[in-house]
Amino acid sequence: MTRVGVVVFPGSNCEYDAASAASELGAEVEFVWHSTTTLSGFDALILPGGFAHGDYLRPGALARFSPVMDAVRAFAASGGPVLGICNGFQVLTEAGLLPGALQKNRGLTFLCQPTTLVVTSTTSVLTRGASLGQELVVPINHFSGSYTCDDETLAQLHANDRVVLRYRDNPNGSRDDVAGVTNEAGNVVGLMPHPERAMSTLLGSADGRVLLEGFLGVGARAHS
Amino acid sequence: MNHSVIVEVTLREGIADPEGATIERALPALGFEGVTEVRAGKFFRLEVDAESPDEALEKAQALAERLLSNPVIEDAVARLRPL
Repeated sequence: MTRVGVVVFPGSNCEYDAASAASELGAEVEFVWHSTTTLSGFDALILPGGFAHGDYLRPGALARFSPVMDAVRAFAASGGPVLGICNGFQVLTEAGLLPGALQKNRGLTFLCQPTTLVVTSTTSVLTRGASLGQELVVPINHFSGSYTCDDETLAQLHANDRVVLRYRDNPNGSRDDVAGVTNEAGNVVGLMPHPERAMSTLLGSADGRVLLEGFLGVGARAHS
Repeated sequence: MNHSVIVEVTLREGIADPEGATIERALPALGFEGVTEVRAGKFFRLEVDAESPDEALEKAQALAERLLSNPVIEDAVARLRPL
């Protein structure tokens, strides 16, 4: 059974959504408090949404220095799958595990709505179960979700197929419609939309499943 | 001794500044014409214990780059606070 750690910072608020989705997909879930310094026995890690450390200074700015982050960094360096959702994505960019940064939305509006994502790369742990060009309806819920990076970084991302998800109708001003990116190895992924909240058609969409199934290694095309 | 230092954090040139743009758009409606290039940022005031003003500035600049700003999108400048 896949054992997934959900990292909880003071101010995280989507850890139960993430845990519920992962256990529904058959994973064993354990919450990991941010002061933890060692992570062992995990097959995957999720940094959930919320407002880690109150988002004081900038989203992710203080969470980056939480004791657990050294262990997250080591886990990522050893090839372990790491997923940052929303605030978790902001934390991963601040920590330097993913390139770029998340800025306040264009128009300075908090956005809480379904968005249509297009799968633009299947080389990451999150998108390996999906098909290129596949459209997925996944909700967003953020104020600082406008992805930005310099020209050189964007060129590198494209050259290495590292933009994994793009918005079909850019809601927040993200550069080049970027909704999710991965690191060079493809094992660390961050995205602003919430796949863990798209688990059931009854609640709007079940399109998050193909992403999380791939991430947790239970998808039809999951890598060994 | 303590030195008063100010750190200003602003978005780097070329990085979109939705706050600055919104403020700039609001000004003419309030009768303030001719104000352009509005950039919003953050302001910090610190008391830094150091041997000299230069050392205080160096310390403040280092912490500003490590914590107070995100160098991917922001510039940080530390300067001594005028007495």
